[in-house]
Amino acid sequence: MTSSQSAMAQLDTGERALALLGGEATDANLRRYLHGIPGIDAVGLEQRAADLGSRSVKTSSKKWALDKIISLIDLTTLEGADTPGKVRSLVGKALTPDPGDPACPRVAAVCVYGDLVPIAVEALGSSHAAGSATGINVAAVATAFPSGRASLAVKLADVGDAVTAGADEIDMVIDRGAFLSGRFGQVYDEIVAVKEACKRADGSYAHLKVILETGELNTYDNVRRASWLAILAGGDFIKTSTGKMAPAATLPVTLSMLEVVRDWKRLTGARVGVKPAGGIRTSKDAIKYIVTVAETVGEEWLTPSLFRFGASSLLNDVLMQRQKMTTGHYSGPDYVTID
Amino acid sequence: MTRLAVPKTYKLYIGGKFPRSESGRVYEIRSHGGDFLANAAKASRKDARDAVVAARSALGGWAGATAYNRGQVLYRIAELLEGRRVQFIDEIVQTEGVTTAAASAQVDEAIDRWVWYAGWADKYVQVAGNANPVSGPYFNISVPEPTGVVAIIAPQSGGSLLGLVSAVAPALVAGNTVVVVANETMPLSAVSLGEVLATSDVPGGVVNILTGSPAEMAPWLASHADVNAIDLVGAGDLDWVHLQIDAAETLTRVLQPENGPDAASPSLARIVAFTETKTIWHTKGLI
Repeated sequence: MTSSQSAMAQLDTGERALALLGGEATDANLRRYLHGIPGIDAVGLEQRAADLGSRSVKTSSKKWALDKIISLIDLTTLEGADTPGKVRSLVGKALTPDPGDPACPRVAAVCVYGDLVPIAVEALGSSHAAGSATGINVAAVATAFPSGRASLAVKLADVGDAVTAGADEIDMVIDRGAFLSGRFGQVYDEIVAVKEACKRADGSYAHLKVILETGELNTYDNVRRASWLAILAGGDFIKTSTGKMAPAATLPVTLSMLEVVRDWKRLTGARVGVKPAGGIRTSKDAIKYIVTVAETVGEEWLTPSLFRFGASSLLNDVLMQRQKMTTGHYSGPDYVTID
Repeated sequence: MTRLAVPKTYKLYIGGKFPRSESGRVYEIRSHGGDFLANAAKASRKDARDAVVAARSALGGWAGATAYNRGQVLYRIAELLEGRRVQFIDEIVQTEGVTTAAASAQVDEAIDRWVWYAGWADKYVQVAGNANPVSGPYFNISVPEPTGVVAIIAPQSGGSLLGLVSAVAPALVAGNTVVVVANETMPLSAVSLGEVLATSDVPGGVVNILTGSPAEMAPWLASHADVNAIDLVGAGDLDWVHLQIDAAETLTRVLQPENGPDAASPSLARIVAFTETKTIWHTKGLI
């Protein structure tokens, strides 16, 4: 650890931001800082991502990767038509992804809308992580997901409700409108306020994932700025997308976010998580992400506290690939659940 | 002035598209006399897997189409075959080394057979289905339904076009989707049939044509859990007993190999073989 890094590590989030920005988190200071970050070479980034995506991962490495992917999944259902029954069956799947194979690992978390958190917590029962290292977390999307178009008071109430109901993780969306029109201070303050709303009665905090909705940010430079902004404001995770609009997670976007996380670690020694979400449907895609993580921030990031996949249909494909590796023949959709 | 011939490198036909083999491999197609004709893609087990995925996703639309519509679409293929007669005859003469007259007769028979099967599309249910006698105030009806994705090892000897058509057409009639491994040494007819299908009204993925080694792909198709039936008509030279055992592991319907010139001769049984009978009861109207 360098001396500047150790000095940074002493500070709490707010002080750290102050030190880096050289003043309060005002629009002007944030703009000066975020626009001072070097731009992204889009062609180089895409080429690097394509290169990382071309690795061949076979046999025992593939087996390891498939199990790793399952343990990193936030099994998600975010439909307007969600019911308590649907959430219970989702939890059942999270607990026992492959009933035919007891060795199959469990997923990291289930991700639901805020009002269904109590159902998920109840269905998980003793398997609910609730802050412990083992078990399955309950993540809730909040802050007027997916658009984020509501007053701050409503957003904070949304978060508070979910946390009270037992959510271990909160997936918030940033105000893309404010970000794109340069009102960085507003976005920053909102994240700080939401982080505060994640505080539980016992003083601990629910994990905060900040959704950037990269599909609406238009450029890689914006993605990088939004990533810095979210991390400066105290997000524990930065997440690509809501999954409600295309393009959702892409490999280059995730790579650029991982680079921010890597730089942040170098600067402060602190570790921030990354969660690509939406559009990752096949094991093949997911393995590309695993490779990218390992090559960009290191294998230590391949743990549920630092990397997640936001996905619903991905799990079935991984299970079918897993069955293929165990039985030696191709599996089919008849051998996994219909979600 | 002499001209340099442009030999083709053919591709596979999967999901309505013409991809190269995932493995990047090709093999030479030679004429009956041993001259180089063209390259064909040598499909791998992963191409077979992709073809099954394509067939599965096309199943809903094809099985859900009305029987009349399926008949029309199949008939349209026969029309297109007729339009390409010359090409098919030429290819058969080159690969099989038969006379033009014999090749012409084979193409005619293939087209006629296709028309014959097309006609069955909205008729086989009447023959294979049944209104069962019951002693109660309700109907009891048995109807055949398509079984799903059918893998076919096309006949490896005899007429290359006729054998393929005889194996593929009956599976399509009921609304199944097909993954067919073409004649290994004489795949030209299969490749051209793919081109015909691509320009016909058949939705992409309903027929998927793989060229290459049946010995290599058949075990993967037989054991594939998402294949509902496998027609081993052209697998006579393979270890087909083991293929049957593999197929049984995942409850796959099996049709046994057939040899000789009468292999896969036209019959209603070939249509019904790829169906599952659903028996339902229904109340009589309260008159």
